[in-house]
Amino acid sequence: MDNNNNPVLRLTGISKRFAGIVALNNVALSVRAGEVMALIGENGAGKSTLVKTLTGIYQPDQGSIELAGKPVTFANAQDAMRAGITAVHQETVMFDELTVAENIYVGRHPSKSGRIDWARIEAEAEKLFARLEVTLPVRARVKDLSVAQRHFVEIARALSQDARVVILDEPTASLSQREIHELYRIIGQLRADGTAVIFISHKFDEIFAVADRYTVLRDGRFIAEGLLADITEPELVSLMVGRTIQQAYPKADVTPGEVLLEVSGFNHPTEFSDVGFTLRQGEILGFYGLVGAGRSEVMQALFGLSSSANGTVKLGGKEIIISSPAGAIRHGIAYVPEDRQHQGAHLSLPILHNITLPVLSRVGFFLRGRRAREQAIARHYAEQLELKATHLMQHVSELSGGNQQKVVLGKWLATNPKVIILDEPTKGIDIGSKAAVHRFIGELVTKGLSVILVSSELPEVMGLADRIVVMHQGRIEHVYDRAEATPENIVAAASGLKELA
Amino acid sequence: MKALLKLRETQLALCTVALIVLVGMRAPVFVSGSSLANLLTDSTLLIMLALAQMLVIVTRGVDLSMASTLALAGMMSALLASRFPALPLLVVMLAALAIGLLLGLINGYLIGHLELPPIVVTLGTMSVYRGLVFVLSGGAWVSSHQMPPEFIAFPLARLFGVTHLVWIAAAAVLGAWYLARHTRFGRDLYAIGNAPASARYVGIPIAKRLMWTYGLAGAVSGLCGYLWVARYAVAYTEIAYGFEFTVIAACVIGGISIAGGSGSVAGAVLGGLFLAVIGNALPVVKVSPFWQSALTGIVILTAVMINARSGKQSGRQILPLHLNKSSGAV
Repeated sequence: MDNNNNPVLRLTGISKRFAGIVALNNVALSVRAGEVMALIGENGAGKSTLVKTLTGIYQPDQGSIELAGKPVTFANAQDAMRAGITAVHQETVMFDELTVAENIYVGRHPSKSGRIDWARIEAEAEKLFARLEVTLPVRARVKDLSVAQRHFVEIARALSQDARVVILDEPTASLSQREIHELYRIIGQLRADGTAVIFISHKFDEIFAVADRYTVLRDGRFIAEGLLADITEPELVSLMVGRTIQQAYPKADVTPGEVLLEVSGFNHPTEFSDVGFTLRQGEILGFYGLVGAGRSEVMQALFGLSSSANGTVKLGGKEIIISSPAGAIRHGIAYVPEDRQHQGAHLSLPILHNITLPVLSRVGFFLRGRRAREQAIARHYAEQLELKATHLMQHVSELSGGNQQKVVLGKWLATNPKVIILDEPTKGIDIGSKAAVHRFIGELVTKGLSVILVSSELPEVMGLADRIVVMHQGRIEHVYDRAEATPENIVAAASGLKELA
Repeated sequence: MKALLKLRETQLALCTVALIVLVGMRAPVFVSGSSLANLLTDSTLLIMLALAQMLVIVTRGVDLSMASTLALAGMMSALLASRFPALPLLVVMLAALAIGLLLGLINGYLIGHLELPPIVVTLGTMSVYRGLVFVLSGGAWVSSHQMPPEFIAFPLARLFGVTHLVWIAAAAVLGAWYLARHTRFGRDLYAIGNAPASARYVGIPIAKRLMWTYGLAGAVSGLCGYLWVARYAVAYTEIAYGFEFTVIAACVIGGISIAGGSGSVAGAVLGGLFLAVIGNALPVVKVSPFWQSALTGIVILTAVMINARSGKQSGRQILPLHLNKSSGAV
């Protein structure tokens, strides 16, 4: 560290809103040259938004960014890159059909007299990988690489830009132990070169292993900052988790009954391995894990969307084989997908048609003249969900995120499922709608339904679920009863830490 | 060697050669030198248009207005040459090119800067440009005796024993290869087609690139407009009617993915050649021209099926990986 008083990057009072939702509220952050700063917070605490603000993808509504003491603004990603801030993104920025070497230099191909200098691109790429001590064929196409290898390509890209600030957004999420140690070594190199590193991770052992300082965000706010040498892991976890969370979630008191669904030995060649769990009648089973832990993939396989998964599924004691979503629906399993816009709702259709889509066969083949019956079904669920819309023929695209989600829920409830799988049901919706969705989930079980709740929001899972399954890297790490679950042990299990000190 | 054989381009080249040999066995006249030279000359316009269309398709777009642009530029160059016979041929050709460029840039502006969907924009301009051909010509033909002799002679005139058409097409192939492989512009098109959001992240000026890609497609169509009119020595309102679909078919057969992001110059050239061989060979072996259309369709479907099979993806890698085991990925 050359000079403690002069951060190379300093953010003050950064705020960012999206359609009324506050994503960042007066956030401050500073990082010095040759220092590794750990940015810590739960899913949804605002870390990714902050990274996007830093890299010019979002522009802050308020606040200032100073780079080496001078105020800067970034109109786009290229501005930030030119200023020397680069990020290895959580969602990888990769071009599958292009080669490894080209992926590193895409958008700024070096050229010699108007012609792309391929020899130099490949030589430089070789050099970067040599520096990283990673063996990767630079002419291979990225679509043939594994996720871990893609990360190395991204890190090489960041290195190639001689960045002053490198942001690593959960770079280890899908790396093996050995690869993680390679990454530590690379971070050490960056630090020795005087690069400032912002390191985002949920894994506390990693944070303590590589970082010098920490900044904690919670609910889009700045919470604390300091030297890692002065703090312990439990203290850090409680800063991150913060509030007491039990009260806000109205969990209906239902005693779970018989085992309804039993999954065992569920495997997929690349996505998950040896997944097994049981779901009782009237139970809410929470699935918690980091982004990319394989939870959604398990649910999609259970719903018949993945042909390469295998395992045993028993429903009500009888073994069933689900090979398609239609089959799953017939057996009384409904899956409400995470990606509302693409998989859940038909945005350009009216509410009525959305809700009755999966049950049209029950309404009748010739829909003319059966308008009333169709309307009655839609109205029933719209009312039950407190849907805010002017009329049932309103297009779903005109509704707010929360109300869209209610339409999707209504659609699946109309199929009269026994088991309903909710994948991130409150992702990206406002607080008010969230509460309605929570209340609704709480009530589902009073009607005898069983719910699988996949969520990355710890308070939501802890508030609603009877039992919590924690997944890590495609495997079930632990199953907690409601009574024994604490934020600390759940976060630890999701991060792959066995026991928290 | 094995990798080379696996390439779609190699397979397609082998299919083309096999087809020529098969037809040659039935009708030896087909494989004579002059017949093959004619075949090459016949394929040039299709190949040039397929090259331009390829660049558009690589960006996840499509240009349906190509044949209309060709017709409009062709009609204008014919009218220009018939009204002002003294005008040097080069000026007429450049005029056709410039008209095409302008029409293409209009497409490009709507698609790149206003972010309208390419299929809708070019469907619209397809009709507009074709309509302008009627307006301009009043529905009348421009026939060969109205055109200056050198205007008509140029495409089939020979330089070192090879027609000008073939030389121009060869230059276009080289130019497209250089553009796609060795320029920022060309590489950016692949990046845009592969992952538009990521392309924005790395700072590629998407709107500008798209505008000039459609501009280029227009310019090529414009030049081909002159060549088409001159070669067939007639300009009328329905020149190249429906030819845009033949061009797209050549691209699809050449393995250029309609989903964008992948496709090679060799693919476009071979796709064009293959269709030209079918077109020229079927009459020789006395297959009805009605079958030609059906056969082309079957070839397209086969090509798409092959593409779909090779592009099928497995799941995401979530389970921990061990690099030492999987490092053989090439």
